[in-house]
Amino acid sequence: MDVIIESLPQYWDGFLRTLFLAVVSGIIALVVGTLLAAARVSPVAALRGFSMAYVEVVRNTPLTIAFFFAAVVLPRLGVTFQQFEVAAIIALSAYTSAFIAEAVRSGVNSVPVGQAEAARSIGMKFGQVLSLIILPQALRTVVPPLINILIALVKNSSVAGAFYVLELFGYGKQLANEHGDAVMWVLVGVAFFYLLITVPLGYLAHQVERKVAIAR
Amino acid sequence: MKAFLTRRKSLLVAASAALALTLSACGGGSTGGGTNPSPVEKPSFAAGSTMEKLSSAGKVTIGTKFDQPLFGQKGLDGKPVGFDVEIGKLIAAKLGIPADKIEWVETVSANREQFIKQGKVDLIVATYTINDKRKTEVDFAGPYYEAGQALMVNKDNTSITKPEDVKGKNVCSVTGSTPAATIVEKYGAVLVPAATYSACLEPLRNKQVEAVTTDNVILAGFVNKEPDAFKLASEETFTKEPYGIGLKKGDTEFRNWINDQLEGFAKDGSYKKAWEATAGAVIKTAPDLPAIDRY
Repeated sequence: MDVIIESLPQYWDGFLRTLFLAVVSGIIALVVGTLLAAARVSPVAALRGFSMAYVEVVRNTPLTIAFFFAAVVLPRLGVTFQQFEVAAIIALSAYTSAFIAEAVRSGVNSVPVGQAEAARSIGMKFGQVLSLIILPQALRTVVPPLINILIALVKNSSVAGAFYVLELFGYGKQLANEHGDAVMWVLVGVAFFYLLITVPLGYLAHQVERKVAIAR
Repeated sequence: MKAFLTRRKSLLVAASAALALTLSACGGGSTGGGTNPSPVEKPSFAAGSTMEKLSSAGKVTIGTKFDQPLFGQKGLDGKPVGFDVEIGKLIAAKLGIPADKIEWVETVSANREQFIKQGKVDLIVATYTINDKRKTEVDFAGPYYEAGQALMVNKDNTSITKPEDVKGKNVCSVTGSTPAATIVEKYGAVLVPAATYSACLEPLRNKQVEAVTTDNVILAGFVNKEPDAFKLASEETFTKEPYGIGLKKGDTEFRNWINDQLEGFAKDGSYKKAWEATAGAVIKTAPDLPAIDRY
């Protein structure tokens, strides 16, 4: 127990970095994922194909491979960055956006076809139909799965600890090395700080859902 | 569907190529065959001493590292080789125990004190730095070698020659290790943490970190493998890591005896021979035995 109190500065630093990774990757993934979903239902065949290929490849590849690619292979190909957080954000957002895309697509499918037909009949273009009519309704129905994906993202960010980023899990390893006699408490501390992010996120989801959810 | 396949394929090819490169960097051959000191015939020791017990049992259990090139590394044939192993063999020989009667046990940094306390090993020769905290749990004979922290940089790097040069720069080291703490706290480097020292090589090659830091003997192993890519920033080390032989606390008789033997090895040349057969492959000048710490 003393270990946790004694190591609060490390935990706090790791907590902030985990939060940073999750927030930045989460925002990027939400945007990219929604765009991918839009591409998937667009009238342009090439966009549909690209979106499908991306989602299927990334969704079926282990996250560790994505990290390996971002942190080790990209620099080999000449894309270097001095901060490994960048690699982590690339890997996490690329991975998460595939799942977001599928969630949003299921939301789009849940919007009755009549909505789109009605919008087209009053002369709206595809972009307008999607952004004004379909997506607002689609997103409201997929709040719970989206939050699930974001909670998974917070936990997935721990992989960054194995790829040169000192986030919560990275500090956990460091503290476990230092305090070989209290590894269990070190891990309890790590778990506590993850819960500090994920539990409020779940609560937030509940609130958002109550406000925006529509029953069909 | 075609686009999907080619995209996936190229990704896989790139990833597996990089994986192969990393794996080859981690592998590396075992260095040196080592020597086979002949055991002393029927040595006599005071009744009840640890030496007498081990000698009459005819076998000894020695802890060492299995993953430390040049010092203690277990090859595919299952026999550990390295300077630590040689020192262990020399001591066993003085107890009248031949090398093939030594039972080698892997001791990693985290379990060394516990293994001695629990009696799982009779002694430990495992790049084991003597320090005051450890002295409260176990006793140390030696030191038999003095390593020190150093920096490894890319071959073409001329901007880093001393530890003060890494202030504010990215330096890779292993999560939670003493060298990592030293380079951050004393010299103000930005730590890039890795799981193993070999994982530090990729970022160094890609210039994402400017240096890798740990004990000079470990870095020497990497430089030896890729002399065209890496070099030591300087021959000088900036910490002192005296490697000692760990044994049960309070067994002063045994400790004094080992210390006597170490001094004997230095005198009769077997210390130098052990070095040349192992770590000498990289660090050419054989070290002198450091002054024994008889506390």
